[in-house]
Amino acid sequence: MRSCPVVPADHLAIRLRGVEKRYGPITAVAGLDLDVPRGECVGLLGPNGAGKSTTMRILTAQTIADAGEVAVLGHRLPEDSKAARAAMGVVPQLDNLDTTLTVEQNLVVFSHLYRVPRAERRAAIDRVLAIANLAERRTAKVDELSGGMRRRLLIGRALIHRPPLVLLDEPTVGLDPQVRQELWALIDRLRNEGTSILMSTHYIEEAERLCDSVTIVSHGSAVACGPPHELVLEHAGRDAVEVYGTPERLIEVEAQAAAAGLATRRTGTSIAVLGLAEANGDAPDGERRPANLEDVFVLLTGEEIA
Amino acid sequence: MSVRDDAPRAQGRSPGRLDRAALAGVLVREIINFSSYWRSTTFSSTVEPTIYLLAFGFGFGSLVSEVAGYDYVDFVGTGTVATAVLFSSVFPAMFGTFVKYKFQRTYDAILAAPVDAEELVTGEALWLALRASVYGCAPLLVAMVFGLDPSWGMLAVPAINFVAGFGWACTGITIAGFLKGIENFNYVTSAVITPLFLVAGTFFPLSGLPQWVQVLAQLNPLYHVVQLVRHAVFGFEGWVDLYHLGFLVLFGLAMWRLAIFAMQRKLVD
Repeated sequence: MRSCPVVPADHLAIRLRGVEKRYGPITAVAGLDLDVPRGECVGLLGPNGAGKSTTMRILTAQTIADAGEVAVLGHRLPEDSKAARAAMGVVPQLDNLDTTLTVEQNLVVFSHLYRVPRAERRAAIDRVLAIANLAERRTAKVDELSGGMRRRLLIGRALIHRPPLVLLDEPTVGLDPQVRQELWALIDRLRNEGTSILMSTHYIEEAERLCDSVTIVSHGSAVACGPPHELVLEHAGRDAVEVYGTPERLIEVEAQAAAAGLATRRTGTSIAVLGLAEANGDAPDGERRPANLEDVFVLLTGEEIA
Repeated sequence: MSVRDDAPRAQGRSPGRLDRAALAGVLVREIINFSSYWRSTTFSSTVEPTIYLLAFGFGFGSLVSEVAGYDYVDFVGTGTVATAVLFSSVFPAMFGTFVKYKFQRTYDAILAAPVDAEELVTGEALWLALRASVYGCAPLLVAMVFGLDPSWGMLAVPAINFVAGFGWACTGITIAGFLKGIENFNYVTSAVITPLFLVAGTFFPLSGLPQWVQVLAQLNPLYHVVQLVRHAVFGFEGWVDLYHLGFLVLFGLAMWRLAIFAMQRKLVD
C-alpha cells in the first residue's frame, strides 16, 4: 500500500496508528492507520464488516482499542476522551432522536449535553434549525417528520456546539436520491466552512463527491488512501472497458485480460477491464468509460462477499 | 498544538468525573421527556398503590381493626408508601434503561457526548429517585383522606423516599444491565421483586411470620423503608431508625456502584 502524504501530527484532527480491536476470535480492526487532516473531509470506505463502525466507536471511546494510538483533536484516547467528545459532533448511523419530543426539544437536550452556555443556547438552536432547514418544523414532533428531515435533524443536532470535527457514520444509508443530494449539499457546506469531517460510507459516489481523500479499509486495516482521483489513476488507470456477454464469454475475457497483464473486476452484469492508460491494442471490444473509485474499491477489497 | 482552540468556549477546564454539566444534561433530557408522558406515569404511579391501600385497607380492615398497635388503614397507608416508591423506581429503571439502550439507542447518543457511563447512570438514578420521592407521598395523602392524622414527621417522608428510590432505581438499572433480553425481566419480577414487596411488613406485620423469615426480612431494603416511613409518621424511635436509614444509604451506595459497573460493561466494549 502506498502511504498517504505525511501530515505533521498537529495538523491532524484524527490520528490512528496501529489500532487493533478483537472480539474473541474475531479481529474487527487489525492495525488500522488513519489520518484526518484538519479542515478536510476524509472518507472511510469499506465493505460491510470491514471495521468502519468499530472504528467510529473507537473515536468516541465507546469501544476501547486493544492496541495502538488514537488521538482526536490532540486528545489521547481513551484517557482524554471526554474532552475529545466535547469538541466533536457525532452523527450516528441509526437514528436515535427522541421521537416523542419536538425538533426544538431534541436540540435543547443536546445543547445541554454539549454544554452550550445558557446565554448562547437560543442562538445555537436557531442556527442549527437554519442549517438543517427545519425552522418551520421546530414545534413538530420527530414522529411526524419525514426520513430526510430526521436525518437533517440528526446532522444538525451534532452541530449544536459548533464542533471543529464531525463524525458521520453512513450518513445517507437507506435514503432516496433527492434526500441524499440534499444531505450532500449540507455536508459540502460544512466542509467549505472548514469543519474536519470523517465520513464512513459504502456508497462510492458519496465519497467521490464529498471527500478530499479516502481511506479504503478491508478486514480491519487500510489498504489504500489518497484523493479519489489519484487512487483511481493509480489502481485502475484512466479508462476501463466493460464487456458484456454470456458467463462463458466473461470468463474468457477475464483470462485474456490476465494474460495481457490487465486487472479486471466483475460488475455483476459485465467484466470491467481496467488499467487502460491510452488506446491500448490489448483492450477487448466493449464500452469504454473512465475508471472510477468503485473499480478501485472492488479491486482492493475483493469481489467475493465476506 | 493548542488543545484549547478546539474546546468549546464554555469549557474552562477539562471535564472530570461526575461533573455537574454532564449530570445536568442527562437530567434535562429526562425532564423534557417527562413533559411528554407525565400523565400516564403519574396515573399509574399513584392509582396503583391507592388501589392496594383501598383493597387491603377496607378488605382486611373489615376483619381487623388494629394491627401492631396501629389502626389498620393507618398501618397500610404508611406501608404502601414504600410500595409506591418501589414501583415508581425499580420498574421504570428496568424497562427505561433497556429501551433507551437497546431500542431507542439514546445511550449511544449520550455517551458520544461528553458524558461518561458513570454520569449517565447517576443522572438517571437521581431523576427516578426524585420522581419516586414525590409519587411515594400519594398513599399518604389518600390515607389522610381516610382518617390518617397529619404529623410533622410526615415532612421527612419525601427524603426517605428519595434515598430508597435511588437504591431501587440503581437496582433496576443493574438488572437491565446484566440481563440479556427484556423477556428475562419476568424472572426477576417474580422471583425477586414480588417476594421483597410482600415480605416487607406493608400489609401485615412480620411478627406473625416464622423466625427465619423475620431474619431474612432484615436484608430486605423495602422492610427498612416501611419501618422508617411508619416511624416518621407516628414518631421516630431514635437508634432503630438510624439503623434503618443507615441500611438504606448503604443499599443505595452499593447498588449505585453495581449499576455503574453493569452499564459500563454493557455500553463500552
